[in-house]
Amino acid sequence: MLKIIARRVFVAIPTLVLVTLIVFGLQKILPGDPLLTMAGEERDPQVLAFLREKYRLDDPFHVQYLAWLGNVLTGDFGNSLRTGVPVSTLIAQKLPVTLQLAVMAIIMAMLIGIPAGIIAAVRKGTVTDYAANAVALSGMSIPNFWLGIILIMIVSVQWRLLPASGYVPLTEDPLQSLRTMLMPSFVLGTALAAYLMRHTRSAMLGVLTSDYIRTARAKGLLPKTVILKHALRNALMPIVTLSTLLFGELLAGAVLTEQVFTIPGFGKLIVDAVFTRDYAVVQGVVLCTAVGFIFMNLIADVLYILINPRLRHPQ
Amino acid sequence: MSVQAEAIAPRRKLGRSATKFLSNRSAVFGGVLVATFILLALFAPLLAGYDPFATSFTSIRKPPSAEFWLGTDELGRDIYTRMLYGARASLMAGVVSVAIAVAVGVPFGLLAGYYGGWVDATISRVTEALLAIPFLILAIALAAFLGPSLTNAMIAIGLSATPIFVRLTRGQTLAVKTEDYVEGARAIGLPNVLIIIRYIFPNVLPPIVVQATITIATAIIAEASLSFLGLGQQPPNPSWGSMLNTAKNFMTQAPWMSIFPGGAIFLVVLGFNLLGDGLRDALDPRDN
Repeated sequence: MLKIIARRVFVAIPTLVLVTLIVFGLQKILPGDPLLTMAGEERDPQVLAFLREKYRLDDPFHVQYLAWLGNVLTGDFGNSLRTGVPVSTLIAQKLPVTLQLAVMAIIMAMLIGIPAGIIAAVRKGTVTDYAANAVALSGMSIPNFWLGIILIMIVSVQWRLLPASGYVPLTEDPLQSLRTMLMPSFVLGTALAAYLMRHTRSAMLGVLTSDYIRTARAKGLLPKTVILKHALRNALMPIVTLSTLLFGELLAGAVLTEQVFTIPGFGKLIVDAVFTRDYAVVQGVVLCTAVGFIFMNLIADVLYILINPRLRHPQ
Repeated sequence: MSVQAEAIAPRRKLGRSATKFLSNRSAVFGGVLVATFILLALFAPLLAGYDPFATSFTSIRKPPSAEFWLGTDELGRDIYTRMLYGARASLMAGVVSVAIAVAVGVPFGLLAGYYGGWVDATISRVTEALLAIPFLILAIALAAFLGPSLTNAMIAIGLSATPIFVRLTRGQTLAVKTEDYVEGARAIGLPNVLIIIRYIFPNVLPPIVVQATITIATAIIAEASLSFLGLGQQPPNPSWGSMLNTAKNFMTQAPWMSIFPGGAIFLVVLGFNLLGDGLRDALDPRDN
């Protein structure tokens, strides 16, 4: 089994290399000169020359790329072109915020999506099923930043129940931290919950008609046992993979959620960087999300192997 | 199956799919929603009561009334009028960016699937790498480098959606490639390009149509998101996303500024999603 896992890790390496090439290449191909941002308003020719030298901009592409890659591999993503703070420091500051948001959103999505999917599958063709489907489709169609705005208007402004914005670190005041994150994570989790519901439903429907479920029912097991113990376990596999694969979607959604609720996370970092043309930060954030996504894919593969014994032995 | 039967079958299949689609109530509802928004966008100048750019300092942030159906914004512009024109931006962004994604993605997918070998390996690895960067993050990065405008947002969204179509087309091509009629075409010495255009492409098309419909929904949300962040449609030009961008500053004073444009995005995206689901069910070969 370890061998299979090792092989999956090995396969991910060329993808990783390509991602770095794309992230580095984007800035080179597309218009816009980051030097002008760095050199400030005066654009002193001496400063420009110094910067060209410093960032090896006169070297051929592959030399520049390899130098950059070498730095990235040692954890040096360069410095913010605006503030001079190392990009790695910025990322280390913002990442926990977004991770808390993402994890809470995933938990929220699973708590809503999986049970809803099971119920819809068991009551296939009934009003409950149709209602669950309609709600799920709406959840997928609603722009999450709009949902955020509407919730702030109702829950924060009208009812004054939850704070409309801000962030409290989990380590500082756990309760207040969860309270501030409750609405944002719900907003971020809705689309995910909708996907999970639909996939849980179809996976359960596929499993519920199989022979071994009929056998389990025929032997007189309680419906609850059949559904939760026998059927769900086999339906769970695609759901687990889906949750990890939607991680990317979650990060992208976080950009907007953080904007609406003014949460100082990863998403706000990239948006602010985009507006100040701070390419080093944009590059760093994009690279980090991509690496995170590839990593989540690996986890999905490993989970797959752990859940499904058939995959443990190569054919 | 004889050559003739093979040629007739798709048409009969299409008829059956159409009947199936029309008997699906939610799919028809989706189609009606989409058609309504297309008509509203097309006839915006006829339906609008005001100039979308005309500001009025006597009617700033007025709630919905008989005079201003959906209220006015922070510069006294009629929201209903601006939403009609905004529908043009949203629908165009959805359609154009998906057209870019299909135009770039499908040929690469066909090449990768048909030729295999190093062509496939190269295209597939690049696709995987691009798919590793979350759709919206890639679009934001591209829009940032290209500069904020509606056109650039459409290019950015289109390129970000491209890998989805490469992967889908490649997979479908792999399946179709082994069919007897393709083998036959190859046996009579037809050039590869013709085989791809005449025999492979029409047969990989249905799932691409379904994916394109659903991706339009995603692209509309993406355009709204970019405009909401300030990276898409630039003021004073209206788009639902950019309207929400200003509206979020007036949540307490003028909630109608947020409610209607967001509701419009929701409805049109719901329409495309329902349409896509319906098309998928109607075109699903397993049921035929």
